[in-house]
Amino acid sequence: MSSGEPLLELRGVHKSFGVVHVLQGVDLTVRPGRVTALVGDNGAGKSTLIKGIAGIHPFDEGHYAFEGEPVHVKGPRDANELGIEVVYQDLALCDNLDVVHNMFLGRELTKSGTVDEDTMESRARETLNGLSVRTLQSVRTHVAALSGGQRQTVAIARAVLWNSKLVILDEPTAALGVAQTEQVLKLVRRLADRGLGVILISHNLNEVFQVADDIAVLYLGQMVAQVDAATTNRERIVQAITTGKLSEGDAA
Amino acid sequence: MSVATDEIHETHDPHRPATVGSLIREYVAKLRGGDVGSLPAVLGLVALVIGFSTARPETFTKAFNFGNLIQQSAGVTIIAMGLVFVLLLGEIDLSAGYTAGVSAAVMCSLLVEHDWPTPLAILACLVTGMVIGTFIGLIVSRLGVPSFVVTLAMFLALQGVMLVIIGEKGSIDSGEFVAKLNAETIAVWLGIVVAAVLVVIYAVSTFLTNRRRRRHGLTSQPMLLWALKSGFLALLVGLIVYYLSIERSPNAHIKSIKGVPIALLILIGLALALSFLLGRTKWGSHVYAVGGNAEAARRAGINVKMIQLSCFMLNSTVAAVGGIMLASYSGGVNNVTGGQTTLLYAVGAAVIGGTSLFGGKGRVIDALIGGTVVAVIANGMGLMNQPDRTKYIVTGLVLLVAASVDAISRRRAAATGRV
Repeated sequence: MSSGEPLLELRGVHKSFGVVHVLQGVDLTVRPGRVTALVGDNGAGKSTLIKGIAGIHPFDEGHYAFEGEPVHVKGPRDANELGIEVVYQDLALCDNLDVVHNMFLGRELTKSGTVDEDTMESRARETLNGLSVRTLQSVRTHVAALSGGQRQTVAIARAVLWNSKLVILDEPTAALGVAQTEQVLKLVRRLADRGLGVILISHNLNEVFQVADDIAVLYLGQMVAQVDAATTNRERIVQAITTGKLSEGDAA
Repeated sequence: MSVATDEIHETHDPHRPATVGSLIREYVAKLRGGDVGSLPAVLGLVALVIGFSTARPETFTKAFNFGNLIQQSAGVTIIAMGLVFVLLLGEIDLSAGYTAGVSAAVMCSLLVEHDWPTPLAILACLVTGMVIGTFIGLIVSRLGVPSFVVTLAMFLALQGVMLVIIGEKGSIDSGEFVAKLNAETIAVWLGIVVAAVLVVIYAVSTFLTNRRRRRHGLTSQPMLLWALKSGFLALLVGLIVYYLSIERSPNAHIKSIKGVPIALLILIGLALALSFLLGRTKWGSHVYAVGGNAEAARRAGINVKMIQLSCFMLNSTVAAVGGIMLASYSGGVNNVTGGQTTLLYAVGAAVIGGTSLFGGKGRVIDALIGGTVVAVIANGMGLMNQPDRTKYIVTGLVLLVAASVDAISRRRAAATGRV
């Protein structure tokens, strides 16, 4: 099942905020075409880890390799250039802009100095169609008028618009109802099936076992283990999350 | 309460031609959703014009007064157009009035006291505005001091600077050329040509855009809406130009006054240029993004500080242009140029026109409409021989109503926006 070369490889990354040592030598491997779930209790360092990967708060030290090459990610732009996109928990959408402008936020296409609305609109539509999104009929709707699930869809579509290779989703279903959660999870699965690497942060283990191929457990700033979802079960993961130890027979 | 429908019912099917009825229904739906735009201002303007025309038919409706109204309000309206950029970010500039005053004082002083050539003095005026804007923008964006406080301080300080420049004489003349800017008109035929060209450019360019977008299967304006908009624009511009082309001098044998005022050309030209910046450029998109959600903009790689700085710079530079019009209207600068009600009217104009004080919503054209509302109130009340006290009370109440409409429509949008 493992598909060759890792897409992202972190070895011994550290991050401190002042005196608080949040990440203490974390390892993480993400392979293309697989959904890697990142689980852990509140304060385990999940958000800090993805912010480091995305360049929002770069790591203090440690080895960061992308597609086998060591890279230096010092800002969001660096990560974007590598093909890393993040879908934040609070979505980071602008309510006052329409779907097209949100998908191209900060990276609007221009033609002879002016914003190229035509190309942007058709590319936004193509991307949404490519993800089999049928819930959005007009891409010129303002995001303020969308439901939670639709907003999540827009945020995810924005992440794949840029031929990205790694998409990081921070609790994408936290605020959604049952039906919309199901839709978003299907979308997450579809991303991996298209060959992208996906990191999914979630507190909901049902969800994790439903879509994830790998499960990485963080405990107080350290990686307990990264295991194949097929070789473990819910009880062991819960135990790892709460005690920081993975029971015998589960070595990755 | 929250029904989880996942469909957006597209209010208009692009493959079926629109009817007047469907367009109205669509518009009403938009209004009910809380997106009122500049409609309250336009309705208010219509009501005011009807009211004053009935109360003072012999003076208010005169072409002379109409031309005068444009020149009276040009300075404030231009300052309001600049303020839109700052308001869009959810910031404020309380010093814009005195920025106009100081810039105009610099210009007049250079022109009259130092004999600088006019183009250089005007350039110096604009640079003065830009420097003030840079200063404010740097403090707001780099130090994070709230713009309310920074510009309140500048409001005081700039007033002092202006008095220093003006000196003990109490006023400086504007010089001949500048005085003409907000007093003279262009030839009648030229006004008609400019108006016709503008209308044709609007109609043709929107038609071509619509046709191209329809061919590519993108969202486009229904033909009927295009026709209505173009027709309405032609009618409005035609009426204005016609009215301004009549002889409006009270003593035509001494001095004839007819044609489009230069001030109106400057207003329209500036409005078009600023609208282009805001609506068509990447920078403009980023201004809306920062105003809508600064954190989202930052994460998307937009340089939020740079956007803040550039908006304050542009705002103050535009205010300097407003200062030229103020100085021109009163033939020079004195210790109240840009003071008194200038700033309040300018902020009022932007907000009355539909620019949100909460940021993220507003257009340059809104300032133009709001500026006209403010000007009509001031002008009409003046003609009704109402003292300043009444004028202030009424304008204050109108501003209050406009800000309330903004707040209510926001609540409405928040309530209906998320299904």
